[in-house]
Amino acid sequence: MADKIVLEIARYAPERDDKPSFQSFEVPLRKEWVVLDALNYIKDKVDGTLTYRWSCRMGICGSCGMMVNGEPKLTCATFLTSYGNNATVRVEPLRYFPVIRDLVTALSDFLVKLQKVKPWLIHPNQPPLSAGEFLQTPEQLDLYKQFSMCINCTLCYAACPVVGLDQEFVGPAALALAQRYNLDNRDQGSAERLATLAHPDGIWGCTFVGECTRVCPKHVDPAGAIQQYKLTAALDWVKSFILPRGHKDAPQETAHD
Amino acid sequence: MSETPKKASNEGFLWLLFSAGGVVAAILIPIQLFLFGLAFPLGWLPQPSYDHLVYLMSSPWVRLYLFVMCSLPLFHWAHRFRFTLYDGLQVKHLNEVIFAFCYGGALVGTVLAAYLLLSI
Amino acid sequence: MTEMSELNQAAHTEFHPRWYRKRLSTWWWLGEWHYLVFILRELSSLSVAWFVGLTLFQLRAFMRGPDSYGRFTDTLQSPIMIALNLIAFCFIMLHAITWFNLAPRAMPVRVGGKRVPEFLVAAPNYVLWIAVSAFVAWLLLRTS
Repeated sequence: MADKIVLEIARYAPERDDKPSFQSFEVPLRKEWVVLDALNYIKDKVDGTLTYRWSCRMGICGSCGMMVNGEPKLTCATFLTSYGNNATVRVEPLRYFPVIRDLVTALSDFLVKLQKVKPWLIHPNQPPLSAGEFLQTPEQLDLYKQFSMCINCTLCYAACPVVGLDQEFVGPAALALAQRYNLDNRDQGSAERLATLAHPDGIWGCTFVGECTRVCPKHVDPAGAIQQYKLTAALDWVKSFILPRGHKDAPQETAHD
Repeated sequence: MSETPKKASNEGFLWLLFSAGGVVAAILIPIQLFLFGLAFPLGWLPQPSYDHLVYLMSSPWVRLYLFVMCSLPLFHWAHRFRFTLYDGLQVKHLNEVIFAFCYGGALVGTVLAAYLLLSI
Repeated sequence: MTEMSELNQAAHTEFHPRWYRKRLSTWWWLGEWHYLVFILRELSSLSVAWFVGLTLFQLRAFMRGPDSYGRFTDTLQSPIMIALNLIAFCFIMLHAITWFNLAPRAMPVRVGGKRVPEFLVAAPNYVLWIAVSAFVAWLLLRTS
């Protein structure tokens, strides 16, 4: 119980401060505690005004993402002991997002971008329910499954310098999710998504830094998804160049019958 | 529905050139630069004689090889350097100038390579 | 259409009065190791341009005859050129290795519906690289 750890937490109160400043808190270092436990300890025992988002504590809700010692992390999955006894751990709101208060970021930009790529099944001539279920083989599932694991925690946005440089850049998670639906054989929306995706603010804004993939807690590999889509979009351009009229199809090699 | 902006399509083409150039640069340039830039000047390996080079250059395949080795990597450079300037120095407002400089440079280099290889 | 324009209006909340927004420093790529490696990888393109420029001069010298070509190879022996080419070579190697290693991410290979591990997709790149390099070296070094 004698073990301690110091948390330097970014504080920002919009009604009082011009910019965030750091406040230090000493908390007990318990073997099973994650950064989020320390934040909860501070809020319960030391300073009730500390503001942050969290919900499930088990890495699935995606709301407790923060910068921990400069790295985007899910604080519910980042153990204090990995920083050692008497260490100082810096906790900041996720980088490149506007800060509302303390550790809470504004997600409205991200949500708009997410909506723009239409991350849902688009199926104009859907057969009636009476026609039965839509069968999908394990191979067809495997094509997009990795990209469907995203929990919208936005760690990848905090890792991506292009997001910081260009506010209009659609960003890793939204592009990977678009690809998740493009690769789903039940979906017919890839032609609709093309304008948003194959755009200087879409996939062509990405320079394959690869940081999004490195920090993703769900191993989604957004960087890979974006490069794969670049290839299909570029080949689609070639096809439309060779067949200027006839070719209006989706840039996908996966056929949707 | 929504029309694709023309620029978006061009980006796809430029990206294909970038990728093709990246492959060529990765596979062909290391050995070429190692031999002519380091191994021959430093005497690690015997410099090929002028006559031997004349013999090699007489083959159209060698000249095609050299053309590909010069041209595509230039477009690789143009694409990458353009984004390095955009992002590394945050000068996206100079978009047109950078664009013209990079791809214009690659085009000039390609024409020069074609001219030299055809007149040898 | 209306749905689309509404989205565009809310495209980003640049001027929200109470939100704190930090501008990215011009030197962002110096602050973090991963960013620095990235920018070095991107700067390898300068070495590519350097090499092509050098090759164009080499071709010109070659075209002008043995004396001109001899002067060119003498220039390459100067310490400055050796140093520049050494730096360029290091960057080219960084480009080649990162390129071969990242290619499988952009072009996943599937066999029987399962994705082939990345190192297995990257391996043929290296084999091709070594084979081509050996062939080029053989062409240049064999005595005719």
